[in-house]
Order: sequence, then structure tokens, then C-alpha cells
Amino acid sequence: MTGWAAFLRLFLRRDRWMVLWWGLGTMLLYVSQAVSVDDLYTTQAEFDRAAASMAGNTAFIAMAGPARALNTTGGQVFWQASAFGAIVAGLMSMFLVGRHTRAEEESGRDELLRATAVGRLAPTTAALAAAALANVVLGVLVAGSLVLYGLAVPDSVATGVGLTCCGWFFTAVALMAMQLVTSTRAAYGITGVVLAVAYALRAVGDVGNGVASWLSPIGWYQAMHPFSGLRWWPVLLLLAGSIAVVALARVLFERRDYGSGVFAARPGPARAPASLTRPLGLAWRLHRAPLVSWTAGMFALGAVYGSMGNDVRDLIGDSETSQEMFLQGTGDIVQGFYATAMIMLAVIVCGFAISSALRPRAEEDDGRLEVVLATAEPRSRWLAGHLTMTVVGTGTALLAAGLGLGLGYSLVTGTTDELWNLSVPLLQYAPAVLVLSAVARLLYGVAPRAMVAAWLPLVLVSVVMLFGELLSIPQWVQDLSPFEHLALVPVESVDWTAVLGVSLVAAALSVAGQVAFRRRDVH
Amino acid sequence: MDDEQVIDIRGLVKSFGTVRALDGLDLSVGRGEVHGFLGPNGAGKSTTIRVLLGLLRKDGGEVRLFGGDPWARAAELHRRLAYVPGDVNLWPTLTGGEVIDLLGRLRGGIDEARRAELLDAFELDPTKKGRAYSKGNRQKVALVAALASDVELLILDEPTSGLDPLMESVFRRYVDEFRDRGHAVLLSSHILAEVEQLCDAVSIIRAGRVVEAGTLADLRHLTRTSVSAELERPVDGLAQLRGVHDLEVEGHRVRFQVDTADLDPALSVLVRGGVRTLTSQPPTLEELFLRHYGDQVQGPAES
Repeated sequence: MTGWAAFLRLFLRRDRWMVLWWGLGTMLLYVSQAVSVDDLYTTQAEFDRAAASMAGNTAFIAMAGPARALNTTGGQVFWQASAFGAIVAGLMSMFLVGRHTRAEEESGRDELLRATAVGRLAPTTAALAAAALANVVLGVLVAGSLVLYGLAVPDSVATGVGLTCCGWFFTAVALMAMQLVTSTRAAYGITGVVLAVAYALRAVGDVGNGVASWLSPIGWYQAMHPFSGLRWWPVLLLLAGSIAVVALARVLFERRDYGSGVFAARPGPARAPASLTRPLGLAWRLHRAPLVSWTAGMFALGAVYGSMGNDVRDLIGDSETSQEMFLQGTGDIVQGFYATAMIMLAVIVCGFAISSALRPRAEEDDGRLEVVLATAEPRSRWLAGHLTMTVVGTGTALLAAGLGLGLGYSLVTGTTDELWNLSVPLLQYAPAVLVLSAVARLLYGVAPRAMVAAWLPLVLVSVVMLFGELLSIPQWVQDLSPFEHLALVPVESVDWTAVLGVSLVAAALSVAGQVAFRRRDVH
Repeated sequence: MDDEQVIDIRGLVKSFGTVRALDGLDLSVGRGEVHGFLGPNGAGKSTTIRVLLGLLRKDGGEVRLFGGDPWARAAELHRRLAYVPGDVNLWPTLTGGEVIDLLGRLRGGIDEARRAELLDAFELDPTKKGRAYSKGNRQKVALVAALASDVELLILDEPTSGLDPLMESVFRRYVDEFRDRGHAVLLSSHILAEVEQLCDAVSIIRAGRVVEAGTLADLRHLTRTSVSAELERPVDGLAQLRGVHDLEVEGHRVRFQVDTADLDPALSVLVRGGVRTLTSQPPTLEELFLRHYGDQVQGPAES
């Protein structure tokens, strides 16, 4: 392990901003729950009623965790934030471990450092230490912010300590995954599956008899019961689990060669399948993974909203602000809630549309575009292939979200009356989503170096959607968001003139981007 | 313009902002010719190739590829050529075999028999994923894809920088064969031995313009042969001869350099002294190269 301290200093230097942002984000996740709960319910009676309703909702419990002391601010904070906090800590740990171990090994950069006077274990040990420290930062920020907010000190500290230990467990899992396979992406895949299984096990346990929750590190964290009869001993499970997995990773490390994994990289096909050499074949291969995972994710998210069913009436409470947020100017609170849910789902799909429109930039930067353009593939067709994937993916992701919403609602309420109304009309937002991806495409044609700016419209759209009325943002700024021009389905019926108008804007921006790309230098 | 010329560039100008990358460059490559494109890092070799491929838009001059405008008719003209970049990047999740088929299809077809033969000759495993290949193997993937295509022109940008000597000789064999079928090759390279072995003609580029161009025989004529000899008795008159440089006489030994055009009279003088041993080194491209770039330090390979 000689020299690991030097590596640790290097890693910490590379990570400091990244860790700070992860930490602040996690802190906000916890503290914002406290703020919003205290804002939403003006009387304890109201709070009690909402809590009782939440505690009886299986979908909520499956999503967040066991319902304990939900009529207290602390209880709400831990319930709403702990499962997602654990996942955030897990993801941060995974990215930190990945970028300092397998990614370095894969790129060959690491060889340069390993050839200096350092021990074989030094980089791995330092990566472990860096991720462990980052989780301490997360825990301290969360605990500190809850204490400062005025919640009970021991319970706040336990919330932070449990989060740190949960992050350590996933650090260990990531470290082990990095030893198993040769590509960083595959190792991320393994860690991601472990995270998903941990989350699902505790959901099953929390809804059922509780046994499955004891198989999940997230379940251990939640078994600490902060703000509802705190107990410390489940932390020991997290610590013991982390140590055991690190030991296993160490054994695997000794058994593999540098640059390879325990599992050898599988060979692929020697010939291209017809699906790859067809027109659009390459574009499909490059967009397939994000397209499929976004579609699945949007379906799940839609189902979560849909399964709240008619309970939303109770959940939202009687306070004026919360009603205002969801009424959207109609009498029916459930319809108003689903109108908000649908526009939110559509805005989330913008994340897919924009990142998919950024893909051509990555192809160009990595030097793969020039190889393709040196063949008989015309520029316009190449870009049109990527465009097709963005449009198709936006459509399927929106439709999947709508289906999830409609099916979830139908399952919970036992009626299919709203199935159509809650699903297909979501597609009317497609032109608005595509306006945002078309802005990215225009940037790609005109100013490829400034493509990060493609995310700015999404910030604007989100701010207008969430705070437009509350902050009284001037109307002309709100009008910049294409979503503001479309009908609020299912409260209003689809406004086809608006759909056509927004579609034309998207098409015009996209065509301008295509034309500009045909005229510019390719690097 | 001459239709027999596969590549014909006259006075090409290309600027990036205030930097003039190409400053009136001329280059022509005919059928059945392997043309070496030599120059130090940043001289404009890759920029020229990118203009030729229609990736960059020229600012001035004339560029003709198969008699057509490579910017306006890029896709159509690309059916007739194959390109291998110096730094080959592959899609991390596609196998080498998939990339070869993909590029072949995009060029309009691949020769199946040649594909198999080339995979064998270059000892390339087509089932590995792009991220698992070394630099040399990524280059082989691009080379196999290029050489298996049915094209009339190969544009190769430092194609052997990652290959081992064995594979370099395989590469040379296939390039020779390609030329013998009457096709043209533009070969940008740093490896002078390779250029000397493969190329019929050479253009040397510096700071965006061609400073020397011609067949290798023409260019050799411009260079000097180094001669060292051991004689039976000292001779006079060498110093006065035209074209003799850096003469060193140590008793019976002489060393000097002589312009290749003036080789014959110098040897006559040596014969008068009774030649016991004689070594003469023919002019190398390296010498020619150094004469143009002598004041420049060679950096690492250009990207």
C-alpha cells in the first residue's frame, strides 16, 4: 500500500467540487422535506389526517419506507428522504470508486502512476478512502443541517451516520464490481443492480411482513428508526457488511490480472447483424440503451403517480398554498393533480430528449464522426438518424409514462374509466419536449462548443412550471416555455392549434440546426 | 483539370481564426501512384486530408477529387475512396467485425473474400469489443475495413503508427497490391523508411505549403551521397571539385559528401589514388527531410 496517501491527495483534489455538489444535493433532499412539511400543514389536526392517509397507502410505503411517526416533522423527513438519500450516496460512491479504479485502468492512465514507486494496492486503497471520506461529508452535511433546522440532535446525527454507513456499504459493493468486469460501464451496471435490488427488497419487506427489509442495507439504515424510537445497533450491520464486502473485493483483486476482471470480457459477434448495417442501424445501436432505460423509468414513475389514485385528495391537505399548487384553476383536485403530474412527467422526458440531442457532439468529439463521414454516408442523413432516435425515444418515453399513469390509476381505483384520459393525451407534450431538443440541435449546428447551454431551456421550463404562479414570473418569460402554450390535459382538452404551432417551432429550429451543420467544419 | 489526376489541389488555403493552417498548398496524385505526404507535426497534413474528405470547408484555391468538388459532392465521391485516420476511435460496444461490416456497408459494399483474407493476414480477432482493442488493433480494424472495400483511392493518415514491424510489412504488401491494380494512395507518414519503400512520389509540406515535390528519383538527385574510402596513396584535387562538401582527409582515409549529380568526377579522383575499401551511402529521404526541417525538433506523433 506504499504511496496510497499520495494517491488519496490526488483523488481528493480531483473530487472536491464533485463531492461538494453531491453533498449539498443530499442535504437539500433532507432539509427540503422538513421545510415543505412545515409549510404545507398549518394545524396539527391537518397533519395528523394527512399522516394517517399516507400511512395507509401501500404505494407510498413501497416507495419510501416503513411509515413511522409520520405526523412529526422528523418522522416525515426520514421517511421521505432516507431511501432516496441512500440511493444518492450509493450512486456517488459508485462513480467515485469507478473513476479512480476501473476507469483509470481502462484508459491506461493508471499505468503511468502504477509504474512509480507505489504499492500494488495503493490506488485501490486510496479510492476506497476517498469514497469513504466523501460519504462522511454527506453524513455530516445531512446531520448538521437537520440539527441546525432544529430537529432532535441524537436522531439527526443518527440520520447522518446511517447515511454515511449506507454509502460505505455501496462503496464496498462498487469496489467489488470493479474487480469483476473489465469495463467501467459494466461495473456501474452491477452496482446499479445491487442498488435496485436493495431498494426493491426493502419495498417488499416494508409492504409485507418485514423480513425482506432485513436483507437490504437500505432496510438496515431505515431500521435505525430515527425520530421514532432511535436505536443504534443496525449501524453495526452496515459496518460489518461493508467490511465483509471490502474483504471479498480484496480477495478478488488478488485473483485477477491488472487490466482484466474476474470475468473475462465476452467476445461479441464477428459479423455485423443486418440490424446494424441497415439505414438507422448505427443510430439505433447508439441510442438503444438510454432509450430503453428512459422508457422503462418513465413507465415506473408514471405508475407511481398513477397509483396514488384518488388518495391525493387527502394527501394534499386543506391548506390554501398546497391546494393552489395542484388545483390548476379547476374545481377537481384529483384532475388538477394529474394535470400537474402529466406536465411534470413530460418535463422530465426533456432530460432524455436533450441528452439524446447531445449525442452527435460526443461522436464528433471522440473522432468517430470523421470515420463515418469519410464513407458514402451524407452528413444530413447521419444527423437525421440521430434526430429520428430523439423523436422516436421522446414519443415512446411519453407514451410509457402515460401508460404507467393510466394503468397505475386503474389498478388502484379498480376502474378503467380514466385509462385513456390519463395516458395517450400525454403525447400532446411531445412537440414541447422536441422544441428543447431542437434548441440543442441548433446549437450543435451553429456553436457545438457551447452545447452545455442546451440544458438552460430545461432550467427555464422547470422554473416556470414549478414557480411560475408562486413567484409571479412576468408573462413574457413564462411564454418562452413551450409547455405554457399547450392545454393542461386532462383538465382541458387538447388544443390542436397550439400543438401544431409548437410543432412548427420545433421543426423550424431543428431544420435550422441541420442546415447549419451541413455548412460548418467537422473536427 | 486533368481527369487522370485522382487528387488535384492548387493553391489551397484554410484558416482557423487567425491561424493560416494551409497557405497555398499544391498536391496532385495520379492513378497507379502511391504518394507520400511528409511533414512535421502541425504542418497541415491532417487539415489537407480533412479538406479533401469534405469535412472542412476550404477558404481558397481549387480542390478536385476524382474531378469533383469534395465539399459539394462528398458522399458521392466517398463511394470511391477509403480513409484510415491516424488515431482510430471505435464505438466501445461494437466489435471489430461489426465495425468492418458497418463501414463497408456505408461505403457501398465489401469484398467478402478479401475481408476474410485480411483478417487472417493482420491476425485480427473480430469478436473483441471496441474498448478492448489496443491502438494497433484499432488501426487494424480501420485498415481491414479500408482494404476490403472496392475503392479506387486510399487516404491513409499515419496508418502504421501503432503496428508492429511484422504487421507493417503485411500493410506494405497490401498497399503494393492495391497500387498494382492501378489505384491511387495518399499516404501521410512520419516513417521515412516506409515512404521510401512504398511511395512513387513525395510531397513535403511545411507551414501549410509544399516545399518539395516530385518522384523519389527526382528528389534523390537533389541530395548528397556520403562517401568514405581507404586509398593506397593520398590524392589531390578532391577539394577543388564541384559539389564536394565536408571533406576530411586523415592520411590514406578520406570522407566527404558529394551532390549526387557530381558523383562521377569525384569517384574518378578516388580511383587515381587506388581504392582499397569504399563505402557510399545513398541519399536518404531523411536527409532531404532534415534539410527542410533541420531547425525543428521532432515532436511526438501528430494526432
